[in-house]
Amino acid sequence: MSSSPATTAPAPESVDQRIAAVADVARRLLPEEGVITDRARLRTYECDGLAHYRVTPALVVVPETAEQLAEVVRACADHAVPYVARGSGTGLSGGALPHAEGVLVVTSRMREIREVRREDQRAVVEPGVINLDVTRAATPHGYYYAPDPSSQQICSIGGNVAENSGGAHCLKYGFTANHVLGADFVAPDGEHVPLGGMAPDAPGYDLLGAVIGSEGTLGIVTTVTVRLTRLPEEVRTLLVGFASTDQAGAATSAIIAAGIVPAAIEMMDALAIEAAEAAVRCNYPDGAGAVLVIELDGSVHDVEAEFSDVERLCREHGSFEQRLATDPADRALIWKGRKSAFAAVGRISPDYIVQDGVIPRTALPEVLSRIAALSEESGVRVANVFHAGDGNLHPLVLFDDAVEGAGDAAEKVSGAILDLCIEHGGSITGEHGVGMDKAKYMPRMYSDDDLDTMQLVRCAFDPHHLSNPGKLFPTPRLCGEVPGRKKAPHPLQAAGLAEVF
Amino acid sequence: MTAQRDTDGTLGDMGSIVDPADVLGGPSVGAFDDHHPPDAALIGDCVHCGFCLPTCPTYVLWSEEMDSPRGRIYLMKEGLEGEPMSDSMVGHFDACLGCMACVTACPSGVQYDRLIEQTRAQVERRHERSPGDKALRGLIFSIFPHPRRLRLLRGPLRVLQRTRLDKAMRRTGLLDRVAPQLAAMERLAPRLGKPQPLPERIAAQGERRMTVGMLVGCVQGAFFPGVNAATARVLRAEGCEVVVPPSQGCCGALSVHNGREAEGQDYARVLVDAFDEAGVERIVVNAAGCGSTMKEYAELLADDPAYAERAAAFAERVRDVSEILVELGPVAPRHPLEVTVAYHDACHLAHAQGVRSQPRELLRAIPGLELKEIAEGDLCCGSAGVYNILNPEPAQELGDRKARNIVATGAELLVTANPGCLMQVTSSIERSGHPMGMAHTLEVLDASIRGAPVAELL
Repeated sequence: MSSSPATTAPAPESVDQRIAAVADVARRLLPEEGVITDRARLRTYECDGLAHYRVTPALVVVPETAEQLAEVVRACADHAVPYVARGSGTGLSGGALPHAEGVLVVTSRMREIREVRREDQRAVVEPGVINLDVTRAATPHGYYYAPDPSSQQICSIGGNVAENSGGAHCLKYGFTANHVLGADFVAPDGEHVPLGGMAPDAPGYDLLGAVIGSEGTLGIVTTVTVRLTRLPEEVRTLLVGFASTDQAGAATSAIIAAGIVPAAIEMMDALAIEAAEAAVRCNYPDGAGAVLVIELDGSVHDVEAEFSDVERLCREHGSFEQRLATDPADRALIWKGRKSAFAAVGRISPDYIVQDGVIPRTALPEVLSRIAALSEESGVRVANVFHAGDGNLHPLVLFDDAVEGAGDAAEKVSGAILDLCIEHGGSITGEHGVGMDKAKYMPRMYSDDDLDTMQLVRCAFDPHHLSNPGKLFPTPRLCGEVPGRKKAPHPLQAAGLAEVF
Repeated sequence: MTAQRDTDGTLGDMGSIVDPADVLGGPSVGAFDDHHPPDAALIGDCVHCGFCLPTCPTYVLWSEEMDSPRGRIYLMKEGLEGEPMSDSMVGHFDACLGCMACVTACPSGVQYDRLIEQTRAQVERRHERSPGDKALRGLIFSIFPHPRRLRLLRGPLRVLQRTRLDKAMRRTGLLDRVAPQLAAMERLAPRLGKPQPLPERIAAQGERRMTVGMLVGCVQGAFFPGVNAATARVLRAEGCEVVVPPSQGCCGALSVHNGREAEGQDYARVLVDAFDEAGVERIVVNAAGCGSTMKEYAELLADDPAYAERAAAFAERVRDVSEILVELGPVAPRHPLEVTVAYHDACHLAHAQGVRSQPRELLRAIPGLELKEIAEGDLCCGSAGVYNILNPEPAQELGDRKARNIVATGAELLVTANPGCLMQVTSSIERSGHPMGMAHTLEVLDASIRGAPVAELL
């Protein structure tokens, strides 16, 4: 990567002029409908899946090719205009929240699956390709794409890369990072950079690793090479009803302790079940205080053996009903209940916060009872949906914004849940990312030195802070600016080769 | 701007409605007036998750937020917040096919159907359309909802078709260049069979199990008289006494779906009267679009004290013909039909009425018949009432996509339950160069009950 447009000092331009300059470049490159400046249209891009943060972008550009995207980014660099990448706009941390004086670069029209290479177990896709469409394209070849966020029917691969998205099956198969082998990447100066490749484990620094999960702060991927996974010979999905989350949590721990790694273990508590039932009539066991969705996959022989163990362990920990789905339709219904859970909560509460935190699995019962206590003390209802297998909690904090103070109370409970996660050695986000929403919690998890070190990585990619500024880090900090200490000007700055802004 | 004051509800994750003064820095009229603006509380049900996007035909085509259900709901919210009803805003509302696939997909239960209907009525009242657009809409609504005028059209159409002048005209492409919308209308005209008027009362065969009133519809009656005749024969064979009130007219579906609220209400009142006098247990419909509108008469006539109650009672009795037949269970013996069938879900049957299993169940019960599912079955074929006339380009793209998926099933016969879909899919399949048979579900059932040969359907 070369740094550089900044070496020629740009003439001072107003924000409007700079945006207009980028819009001119975009209009030259793109059909009319790919450059959006109409106010009503711009406003439909105000927010992503986390709708309580809203910013109207100054300009929306919808490129169709990597070249167009790179040129738009280059124009942004030339005119010092910040930009934010957006895929399908389903993120839950406000990662794709636009910049009021910047450009929103939307990848939704870059949706071609370029190759499905069965023999190599690889697919090459554009960033706007929808996650589930990769699996749809690979299934006829006997393969699928393993990471499966609940929004897989609409979330884009580009967004998955930005957020290092997980999903129900990452317990066994890992996150996006484990399934991306290479990417073409447009750096913040507009340069194309190939990262990784078809072969695993490229030598040298793992720049691809740095980019995956960087939440759009390092640049934008324009093609992604993903690993395809062989469809398992046998899949069994078991729906298990328990009287309480404690029982279900204990069963989860027992299953993993027995050396079984199911493809997924998902838990939903009574409130989450109520919402899912209202939304998709998934017919979960009546009167359950918690359900586990346990999926086993692999060879027929292995699945059979594991299945009998899982059945027994659940029984020993108090399950009152077990339902096995083997055909795809029944399996789909079980999963539909789980995957609709977030949005379904809209049926039982006018407003809610989807929280995302991680704890060691063994701390599940303790943390759940503390959450219940928090809920009781504050009167704020909390529904729990989570990837029990890897301790990734998604508490849904319910409130009614029409009631004065309810939003603040919910926000407080939501924050306290994160504190609980950190206190138990966990993390403030499992898979939804930090984005806008959790930037303020970063200092609870990391020291200033940690954050400064991360900033150094960012500055290496994006010295001028143009790529998704204002996200991830709690306080905007400039490259070269060291908090609390004053230093002599950077040698490059002193030499007039670079400037701090 | 009073719209947002009417509700004290919150807008949920979409955020509460912001005072227009805060958004625009001054008072503004906003896109909507006080007569049923899009309901702020319904907008508030949207949590902005995006699950509707991949099911929306226009999002599938264009991949932009404003042409997705989520984006359109956002535009409605903007309108309530004081943004004006600009041409661009109206363009995105107009581009919606009203297929309601998003309603099926929505995990939060957002009633987009209500919202778009409220919005369209506002657009029709408050937005000044271009003279050309106005004239075209005027023409459509002076023909389609009028069975008699449609029947009058049959004569010239048959002449055109018999002399093959229609094909010659299509080859010149002249109409396409001069008036693409009229060209679209011409292409959609089906091959016309003989008119088959139905008697006012048809006695049940064997023991009478139910008395049903039957809607003959406008397009169905004029262009697909065979479907109505087949529907009546099947109902009769299954033990229904069928009443066909002669005073019935259009159900108002086309008007309601295009925001012509008052016109739709007038049609609805006439129909309620016509069937009230018939004294039937159920009102049977064989056209998906009509059925879905008639099931919503309670909402349509809610403000009319003279009709509100009767409209609600009417709506309660409305059933798609496949629902009735499954509810009754078969008594007439089925004869084998050795044929492979692809069943196409009409949006207003599957998404708007939730009727998916019944037509399949009826078809599967026919011995020898093999049923194939169509890939992307939830995606609209582009017909969408008169959408394919008003918006021929996206409609044709969707039609071609549907035709590809249908042809890929390898079926010999395409079956669906809506005249609009039949016309749209027929014209798309013809364009694809893979001709196949087309029939309404009830025509297939009728052939099986009568023991007619498969060839009759192909």
